[in-house]
Amino acid sequence: MVVRVEGPSPAMAVAVDLAKRSVWLLPVVIFVSAAIWGIDGVASTLYALAIVVVNFLLAGWMLAVTGRISAAVMGAAALFGFLLRLGLIFIAVLLVKDAAWLELVPFGITLVATHLVLLFWEMRHISSSLAFPGLKPGDEPNPYLPQK
Amino acid sequence: MSALTNAAVEVLQQFPEGIDGDEAKSISAASGAGMAYGLAAIGPGIGIGYLVGQAVQAMARQPESAGQVQTTMFLGIAFTEALALIGFVVFILLKFV
Repeated sequence: MVVRVEGPSPAMAVAVDLAKRSVWLLPVVIFVSAAIWGIDGVASTLYALAIVVVNFLLAGWMLAVTGRISAAVMGAAALFGFLLRLGLIFIAVLLVKDAAWLELVPFGITLVATHLVLLFWEMRHISSSLAFPGLKPGDEPNPYLPQK
Repeated sequence: MSALTNAAVEVLQQFPEGIDGDEAKSISAASGAGMAYGLAAIGPGIGIGYLVGQAVQAMARQPESAGQVQTTMFLGIAFTEALALIGFVVFILLKFV
């Protein structure tokens, strides 16, 4: 169990990719929440989207850093990081729960929906990258494949 | 189902005198929210532990495939966490709305 994960971290690469994809989601969620809940809904939706993105980046970063120590430490970081990030999300909500601009319904819907949409989107990309690595050859090596 | 309804009615009847319907409702919502958050965190905790354990074992057996294993592990963790997030959203909706 002292295996180290060497080289570029796939977890961080996936997290950054998810963050980039969230930019594409921005106009959609802003339009939908503005149409239904108005300006407050847009602010709540953006706050939820920021929580989702930070959550992904933090998860990827923790796995990348601890993976370089050992696989066992990475496992511990995945488990305790899960609790830590749930706690951070809880604090993030507690901080703004009484704010005048917070609409809880669009906030909750965005939190769950964007999390799942981003993951399914990324999963399709990764599935095709793993199945057909030659589809999109680039200058940089594919971070999702083992380095030769 | 009727047993659950009876249990809920019994719990509501145990509130002390002087608590009106709204207060009883908010107390029930608070305890329900806590239950939802706690129970929703247990399943993903077990799932992530199992997932990561298997992934670490796979990386130990085949270190050359660590990149692929870590990628799919990260996605698996994120999908499993979605369950906890759903529980959390139910919690905030019950508690604060």
